[in-house]
Amino acid sequence: MAGNKKWIRELPLHILLIPGVIAVFIFNYIPMFGIVMAFQKFVPAKGFLGSEWIGLDNFRYIFNMPNIWNVIRNTVFIAVMKIIANLIVPIIFALLLNEVRKNAFKRTIQTIIYFPHFLSWVILGGILIDVLSPTSGIVNEFIGLFGIKPIYFLGDSKWFPFTLVFTNTWKEFGYNTIVYLAALTSIDPTLYEAAVVDGAGRLKQTWHITLPGILPIVTLMTVLSLGNVLNAGFDQVFNLYSPSVYSTGDIIDTLVYRIGMVEAQFSVSAAVGLFKSAISFVLVVISNKLANKYAGYRVF
Amino acid sequence: MLKRTTGEKIFAVFNYIILAIAAFACLVPMLNVLAISFSSSSAAAAGYVRLWPVDFTLASYKYALSKQEFLQSFLVSMRRVALGYIVNMVMTISIAYPLSKEKSTFRARNYYAWFFIITMMFNGGLIPTFMTVRKLGLLDKIWALVLPGAVPVFNVILLMNFFRELPKEIEEAAYIDGASHWTTLFRIYLPLSLPSLATISLFVIVGHWNGWFDGMIYMNRPKNWPLQTYLRTILINPDLNHYQTSSEELAGMREVSERTFKSAQVFLGAAPILAVYPFLQKYFMKGLVMGSVKG
Repeated sequence: MAGNKKWIRELPLHILLIPGVIAVFIFNYIPMFGIVMAFQKFVPAKGFLGSEWIGLDNFRYIFNMPNIWNVIRNTVFIAVMKIIANLIVPIIFALLLNEVRKNAFKRTIQTIIYFPHFLSWVILGGILIDVLSPTSGIVNEFIGLFGIKPIYFLGDSKWFPFTLVFTNTWKEFGYNTIVYLAALTSIDPTLYEAAVVDGAGRLKQTWHITLPGILPIVTLMTVLSLGNVLNAGFDQVFNLYSPSVYSTGDIIDTLVYRIGMVEAQFSVSAAVGLFKSAISFVLVVISNKLANKYAGYRVF
Repeated sequence: MLKRTTGEKIFAVFNYIILAIAAFACLVPMLNVLAISFSSSSAAAAGYVRLWPVDFTLASYKYALSKQEFLQSFLVSMRRVALGYIVNMVMTISIAYPLSKEKSTFRARNYYAWFFIITMMFNGGLIPTFMTVRKLGLLDKIWALVLPGAVPVFNVILLMNFFRELPKEIEEAAYIDGASHWTTLFRIYLPLSLPSLATISLFVIVGHWNGWFDGMIYMNRPKNWPLQTYLRTILINPDLNHYQTSSEELAGMREVSERTFKSAQVFLGAAPILAVYPFLQKYFMKGLVMGSVKG
């Protein structure tokens, strides 16, 4: 085909992309350039180009903040705990659900456990603040039946990170359960028949056929979650935390918010954000490379 | 079907029981708050309410629905969902179609693809994005809730993959018959992609309905808040409540208390999702598997 004609044939494709390219350029790429403010003493009136350059001063300031390492440690701890819980709980649930033969029951359970995923952390926060209350909440009333004294799940800094992990699992495990269940149902049934002929019981079948069968997808999901080691979940923490649990519950994203939007130290906030983005970027690239190598995964 | 041994039968019974209890436990927090919202203030305060309303009353709902601020932010949310839906869908389709082409048909394909993919891996962060939106004069405008997220890259990838799995022969036949890209997209691709478009529609609608953070940072005036942002000030952070949901006002009402009123608003905020969820979850599940388990 002549090059000219090919170009005309391609023209509508370019036209279709124009609005998207413009929108992404304005709202994603300009802020990326705007990150230069992390190296400036940014004054809104002077803009990204006119503000004074101060090199790495903002970063020096950050790493001299008394709570910074604490915040980083909280972030990694909460995020890693969430990753682990979101790996184990859905696998167990998927294995149990896979044994269910009544499809209506299976569907009902899936529908119920997937539901909290669709509610915002504002709504769930409203619900949790009520049910976890140490004075009137139903959860403390329930554990009181076993003689346990009321626990201030959202206000006690010892409990807070675990409350985050538990409630996050409650909201999100339905999603991964469905993914793993889909992988389980795609295992070749003749493998099980062969195992039965060989005299393998259910447990042996699970160990030697089911688990190896879902291993690729488990590996893939785990490797991809590596990119989230610094994402402890802003929406959740921000709606559940309070100053009394900052020591264990404050994370990088909430710190960025308070420094930037509340204290209006724009450059410092942007510098913390850049620090996090840079590490996350490296982690995402590594995890995608690994996922590609071991599971043949490609983003596009 | 294979025959079961006694041990397997016992396991099956336990399995059903365990799953049923676990799923029920997932629902308990919602059921409890729902029951409180339908109970009288005295029953709620006395701690009588567990999973079933005590002294059934609709007073809390009547009170919530009579509040000007609640209705106002409900309308902002509706507008946001409508505008956001149109913008997101137009963008998703118009980007997914060209990117679904092979490099041999569309030579610039990979450059464009990377242009969008990079935004998934790196972003300017909160403050530079906020400054950009502010500089554009979008603060306190509904567009601040719509335009910064105009291109949902994850959905673009979902739809692009769906387009790519359509049989190539259809497109080739259309091309030989002289169909333009426009005809191919509107007459062939879109009608064939309805299940995928339904899934993406739902993701988009739920996402916009649930959005609260952008409303909080981009909207200075409470009257511009979407519902979830307004609810946040009521449910999570009452000291920052610009409206000061007056305790005196509540004290004058026999059947409504702060607690039953909050509970009622939780459910009004979740109502649209509750209403569509049972019908649409099958699409979600299909779409989810479609999007994540391609190897």
